[in-house]
Amino acid sequence: MRDREGIHIAIVDYGLGNLFSVKNACEFSGMEATITSSRHEMLEADAILLPGVGAFGDAMESLVKLDLIGPLRDVFRSNKPLIGICLGMQLVMSESFEFGKHQGLGFIEGPVVRFDNQGTSSGRLKVPQVGWNRILKAKNGPSWSGTLLDGLRDGAYVYFVHSFYVKPLNPGVILSVSEYGGIEFCSSLRYQNIYAFQFHPERSGPQGLKIYQNLGPFIKGQKGLTQHANA
Amino acid sequence: MNIRIIPRLDIKGPNLVKGIHLEGLRVLGKPECFARYYYENGADELFYMDAVASLYGRNSLLEIIKRTSQEVFIPLTVGGGLRSVDDIRTVLRAGADKVSINTRAIQRPELIREASKAFGSSTIVVSIEAIRKPDGTYEAYTDYGRQRTGVDVFEWVLRATELGAGELVVTSIDREGTGKGYDVELTRRIAQAVPIPVIAHGGAGEPRHLYEVIVEGKADAVSFASIVHYHYIKHSSYDHKDFLEEGNIEFLRRRTGFSRIHDASLPQIKTYLVQHGVLCRNEATEAVHA
Repeated sequence: MRDREGIHIAIVDYGLGNLFSVKNACEFSGMEATITSSRHEMLEADAILLPGVGAFGDAMESLVKLDLIGPLRDVFRSNKPLIGICLGMQLVMSESFEFGKHQGLGFIEGPVVRFDNQGTSSGRLKVPQVGWNRILKAKNGPSWSGTLLDGLRDGAYVYFVHSFYVKPLNPGVILSVSEYGGIEFCSSLRYQNIYAFQFHPERSGPQGLKIYQNLGPFIKGQKGLTQHANA
Repeated sequence: MNIRIIPRLDIKGPNLVKGIHLEGLRVLGKPECFARYYYENGADELFYMDAVASLYGRNSLLEIIKRTSQEVFIPLTVGGGLRSVDDIRTVLRAGADKVSINTRAIQRPELIREASKAFGSSTIVVSIEAIRKPDGTYEAYTDYGRQRTGVDVFEWVLRATELGAGELVVTSIDREGTGKGYDVELTRRIAQAVPIPVIAHGGAGEPRHLYEVIVEGKADAVSFASIVHYHYIKHSSYDHKDFLEEGNIEFLRRRTGFSRIHDASLPQIKTYLVQHGVLCRNEATEAVHA
């Protein structure tokens, strides 16, 4: 049915977020992309993108209603890349404190917490953070080489819109950090087959597009490895 | 925090236009060409406004947004004539990241709550079109600055924020298109009253005006049109032959711009701001799509 030579991305549609700019970035980077909430399409795809804006609790509720928790768990257990963007990054964590406490997908241990906009030195910290900020290599963190951040500048500007950020219990998963209002937070992470970004790579200009452009070769490399292992 | 630099594109039919006080619109060219040029030169976002949509109830912007969002990978905000959650969904499906609402939000403020619940607050920008009255108060206008409402701007911004607005774009109709500088007092009073980002718009004639509204007006972002439009018109990649049928040919051929506008490129603007201590994303010289 589908050309299996090309790279195919499933963009998970659970009713939240601008999925169209994500789709445009995939297509611009030479991949096919389908916006879908079908379990079948997710399991058929070469990689799954979990985007999203809005409230954590509402998002989890939608994922439950659309019966997407199971398929996402299956994707996590496979070695297919699962890429969380913005709220999608937060959803893979164990729990969030947005309007009360909510259980997340729990693929990565650690909470999702809010920026504290009280008592900042400048007195001007606006929450949400809306705008461009730098991503920096985490101290003692893994090299970006060979990851989806390969080729991005240490200190590249990317576009953020968020009030909450993730705090992984294992700092070893942190790929990049950023700083807002004196708080250093995790802006990219990698754990097993999960990549997650707090910023919007598809709205971050040429630097952000590199992440999408890295995805195709990354998937091809993984496919090669799988075929090799199966041979 | 990095200040966002946002070129504004006012659209009438298929064309980019520019007026004074949001009136007397002059055709400048194809919006797609301007958008691509601004993207390649380091714009942090783009802001589209359909100049006639709230009057005639049509939205010719969708095709422009569709084409632009396939090649421009920065946030796109779209406003003009959006009346309902369904209208907003249509614009987002075309590739917009945020929408700006004014007229219908003032008529029916609940739209802000419904829209922010449906799409997230960060997607909903409430547009404020303000005219200063002789007694120093400001009245909110709608329909691209044509219709008075009797609503006090400072009461309205608090209400809009409570209802779930994610950002405000504040246009001084008095200053718009004049090149005399932003209304710094209007911007500051709003920026200090609300916890959400405020985008200043209307009146920028040179980079110094941006600096003033950022530092004195406490703006979180600045939006402007003439400075960069008139700069691009002088640029070699701008082809005025495309617009021969649209009138205003003498103006475009002379490429003189408007006397009060000191045009500048986005890299020039950002360099000016950085040199004066304003933080902003300044990597405009990096290769695009390298």
